[in-house]
Amino acid sequence: MAEAAIALPPKGGFNFDLCKRNAMLEKNGIALPRFRKTGTTIVGLVFKDGVILGADTRATEGEIVCDKNCEKIHYMAPNIYCCGAGTAADTENVTDMVRSQLELHRYATNRESRVVTALTMLKTHLFGYRGQVSAALVLGGVDVTGPHLHTVYPHGSTDTLPFATMGSGSLAAMSVFESRYKEDMDKEEGMEIVSAAICAGIFNDLGSGSNVDLCILTKGKTEYLRNYQKPNPRSYIRSKGYDFARGHTAILSTRITPLKDQVTIIEGDAMEE
Amino acid sequence: MEEFGCEWNDAPHSMGTTIMAVQYEGGVILGADSRTTTGAYVANRASDKITELTDNVYICRSGSAADSQIVSDYSRYFLNQHTIQLGRDATVKTAANIVRELSYGNKSFLECGLIVAGWDKYENGSVYSIPLGGTILRLPFSTGGSGSSYLYGFLDQAWKDGMNKEEAEALVVKAVSLAMARDGSSGGVVRTVIIDSSGVTRNFYPGDKLPLYYEEIPYRPTVEPMSA
Repeated sequence: MAEAAIALPPKGGFNFDLCKRNAMLEKNGIALPRFRKTGTTIVGLVFKDGVILGADTRATEGEIVCDKNCEKIHYMAPNIYCCGAGTAADTENVTDMVRSQLELHRYATNRESRVVTALTMLKTHLFGYRGQVSAALVLGGVDVTGPHLHTVYPHGSTDTLPFATMGSGSLAAMSVFESRYKEDMDKEEGMEIVSAAICAGIFNDLGSGSNVDLCILTKGKTEYLRNYQKPNPRSYIRSKGYDFARGHTAILSTRITPLKDQVTIIEGDAMEE
Repeated sequence: MEEFGCEWNDAPHSMGTTIMAVQYEGGVILGADSRTTTGAYVANRASDKITELTDNVYICRSGSAADSQIVSDYSRYFLNQHTIQLGRDATVKTAANIVRELSYGNKSFLECGLIVAGWDKYENGSVYSIPLGGTILRLPFSTGGSGSSYLYGFLDQAWKDGMNKEEAEALVVKAVSLAMARDGSSGGVVRTVIIDSSGVTRNFYPGDKLPLYYEEIPYRPTVEPMSA
């Protein structure tokens, strides 16, 4: 009777078999792969005619740099962009979901999206997941009510600020803003300070690195400047490239081991209780 | 994330705070500092912890920033609906009870202490404190947040029944300044909101213009920053 109950296929709902497997693997000393996180410097600043967002381009998996030139400034609406720090998958997905909701909302209302709308959508989503969705965001845009800059934390709290930094490099970047920010700057001065703040993160924070991306949002105009600065160029590139002809490496010995003879199948596996 | 010591990722964004509200002859005054912290980092040094619920009712928030924001957002939403259905302003008592209902009903998920204060024609100025568990208390004056521990004795001594607006605001600014000086997680500027029959006035007291007390060092301007 009990056996028949176990043999029944699941009728739906969640399946936690893999959690059990992972716990077993972890107990046996196998390290689980780490999430791709963006140990990041992201910043934003309000200037005379709009908002400037900035980001570095390093993505890390633990201490390994897994992407040297990733994009951390995400599109939300033609007039709204959003920088993401935290788990790359979470920042990408949460911004993408809100981007899609905003687009439908624009079709329904026939009006330009507002920054507060995006902000409310992001914070209600993140609050519902109680910090499990680790996305720390800098949201900026210009709408009918003027330029806006907000920070969003993984637990769903938000701030409204004239200048903001996020990510592991936020302290380095904030020191630049705190000493150099002025009200009503022009675009050139703003861009200079934003890229200086990102560079502070790139050079002083291990989690940030590579290039500077900028996004300038003004009334009716958006400029996305991918790789605005490249302070870490490749120091040496072989002019002839690296195409090696077949047979360049000498074969010293060859041994083929048929695995089938070595594997023994034990009845019942480690997963069973 | 621990490799890079990203405290902001694990530590909830919370407001080690000083908040307070005082009733006076004809209205109420709400006061708060402006420091928001994540662990040991000041995430926002000029935050606004006094939030509007309706035209005549405001709320002081302390505890988890995310939780107190969601509670006040929902309260504002319900109060707007209530005001439209009734066709007149909500009373401070109603506003406070909506906040209490949310705080009490979700007490196991929330970590925030709130003070609701405002003006209505029935009770004039009134202050309602809604601390952690979701109880509600009407008080002539109330403090909250980590800085409040430094204020109980002071307010028991300094608060007087029937103060006028100027006396009451001076008391709020003095009390918040004292707490900011002693409490590490409070600081920045002092913000006040005055609500009476004539409406709402917001005041701002910058950190370098606050009264100084025992062992406090006067503000000294730093040298001009490096050329931009």
